Amino acid sequence: MKKLLIYFMFFACFTNCNQEKINFGEYTPVPVSLEIPTLFSDKLIEPLIPINNPLTEEGIALGKKLFFDKILSGDGTQSCATCHNPEKAFTVNTQFSDGIDGNFGTRNSMPLFNLAWNFDERFTWDGKEITIEHQAFEPVINPIEMHNNWVIVAQKLQNHPEYPTLFKNAFGTSTIDSTLVTKAIAQFERILISGNSKFDKFQRGETTLTPQEQNGFNVFMDEDRGDCFHCHGSDNNPLWTDNKFHNNGLDAVFSDLGLGAITGDPNDNGKFKSPSIRNLAFTAPYMHDGRFSTLEEVINHYSEGLQNSSTIDPLMKKVNDGGVQLTTQDKADLKAFLLSLSDNDFISNPNFRE
Amino acid sequence: MKKIISLVFLILISFISCDEKECCVNLEPAQVTLDFTHNWNETSVNASDFSAFKFTNENGEEVSIENLRYLLSKIKLTDTNNQEIVLKDYQLINIGEETGLQLITENIPTGNYNLSFTFGFSDADNQDGIYQDLNTANFNVPGMLGGGYHYMQFDGKYLDTANMEAPFNYHAIRAVDRSDPNNLILEDTSFLVDLGNVEISNDMNIEIKMNISEWFKNPNTWNLNELNTVLMPNFAAQKLISANGESVFSLGEITSN
Repeated sequence: MKKLLIYFMFFACFTNCNQEKINFGEYTPVPVSLEIPTLFSDKLIEPLIPINNPLTEEGIALGKKLFFDKILSGDGTQSCATCHNPEKAFTVNTQFSDGIDGNFGTRNSMPLFNLAWNFDERFTWDGKEITIEHQAFEPVINPIEMHNNWVIVAQKLQNHPEYPTLFKNAFGTSTIDSTLVTKAIAQFERILISGNSKFDKFQRGETTLTPQEQNGFNVFMDEDRGDCFHCHGSDNNPLWTDNKFHNNGLDAVFSDLGLGAITGDPNDNGKFKSPSIRNLAFTAPYMHDGRFSTLEEVINHYSEGLQNSSTIDPLMKKVNDGGVQLTTQDKADLKAFLLSLSDNDFISNPNFRE
Repeated sequence: MKKIISLVFLILISFISCDEKECCVNLEPAQVTLDFTHNWNETSVNASDFSAFKFTNENGEEVSIENLRYLLSKIKLTDTNNQEIVLKDYQLINIGEETGLQLITENIPTGNYNLSFTFGFSDADNQDGIYQDLNTANFNVPGMLGGGYHYMQFDGKYLDTANMEAPFNYHAIRAVDRSDPNNLILEDTSFLVDLGNVEISNDMNIEIKMNISEWFKNPNTWNLNELNTVLMPNFAAQKLISANGESVFSLGEITSN
């Protein structure tokens, strides 16, 4: 009896070992480390890469292919890139985007970069989507966006001549489902890093700012003038956003509750995510509803156009005066500084193009 | 025979081990948990109390808290031989987001200690941009104000003399006189908080209380109609904040587990 037990244990051990070897042999995606700009690694904590979706060459390549593939939409006319164009820092220059049926949403398409440093993992203007993977799940089935359903998408991909192999290479299985599709897209989105603007080069000692840009930076950082840094980062926070939600005084009465509609807390009404101020040269129009066509309009809003409401952020400190009352010169200089955070290398990076 | 000797040896070792354990039970290191709690004149304050005019300050202004986060550094226990155990170099406490409210440290030798910390960073530690987690949390002070980090960001609203809602940004930083922007005069306005003696005899929770109302009260009665926003570049205001802060913290309940 004892001998039988020993034989059984040896057999089980060998069986397990063999299985591991077979699986390992067939599933060997190449791990990828993010190319993190020096300023980011110096100033920020490590980006967030989920344990259950590590970056791999095969996963990223698959995610990129899916991101640009119109197969995800109901009628095959739209891809993720339709509303998130790499040349526009992964947004588009229209106020709202129309879906495959010609219906328009009510929010401006958000630019996509530096997403792995959003540690709260609340994505979209109202924070509705937790994790990038989950965010990628939604537009495919949204009736005013791609208007598809995941069963059909998975079937189309499954019947595609290339995708089953690509999924096999990336995830070790050629059985395609929405989870793996969104994992791949999320991997691609995590490598979209923007950190090489003129201001970054200035911080690295590679260039100098114009007097106008330097004064604009001072306006940005001065609590007595722009006071932008409390929400939009600083030279010590190269994300140039706090990734939090604020009511920045756009409306006295809310037609869009923003975060409040998600949390159900009336104290969150009218709050939207602070976007990064990187790449503003490419990302007009501005605000969650794209109401401002130009940076001048944005600056004028904070200077004279604040609207009071019960949930306005206390950091909108001069709300009872309409705003921070910048001089004409300070406004122009602030704009010059903001534009210095635009990263041409990012929008022309061939790795991020179709 | 060998087996018997081995068995006897093992039993002997086992008994010796047991004896040692029994003799040292009271000297086993303890787990110390610091609980940071907040109140307004003994009425508990937490995130659910934010965004509502439910507090009245010493000057009679009704106050709503919207955001309150602050930094403690050199949180330490000092024993009777002046040996220090630093529980943590610094801790960012965010009441609204309910983060940093607890600090757990294992393996503290039992004994009598003095518990203390610094509110904010002392100058030696207040180096610009060196703490990655605080940069990520956007807790920096602009270079034009001397750089480094906030000690506290306390944002809210008050009802002004016309009974209108108005914002306040009660931000504590190192005081800076920038009369000459090219020659900033800095003054360290962080301060030591000595909470007195605690006896660590086993695993225990120690409550550290912040009475938020004290920021507006003692020794300087704070008039929010006069001092409300843009306090960071206000040297005199930072001195007042620092003075008021010294009565804010106290030792609360100590419970053994």
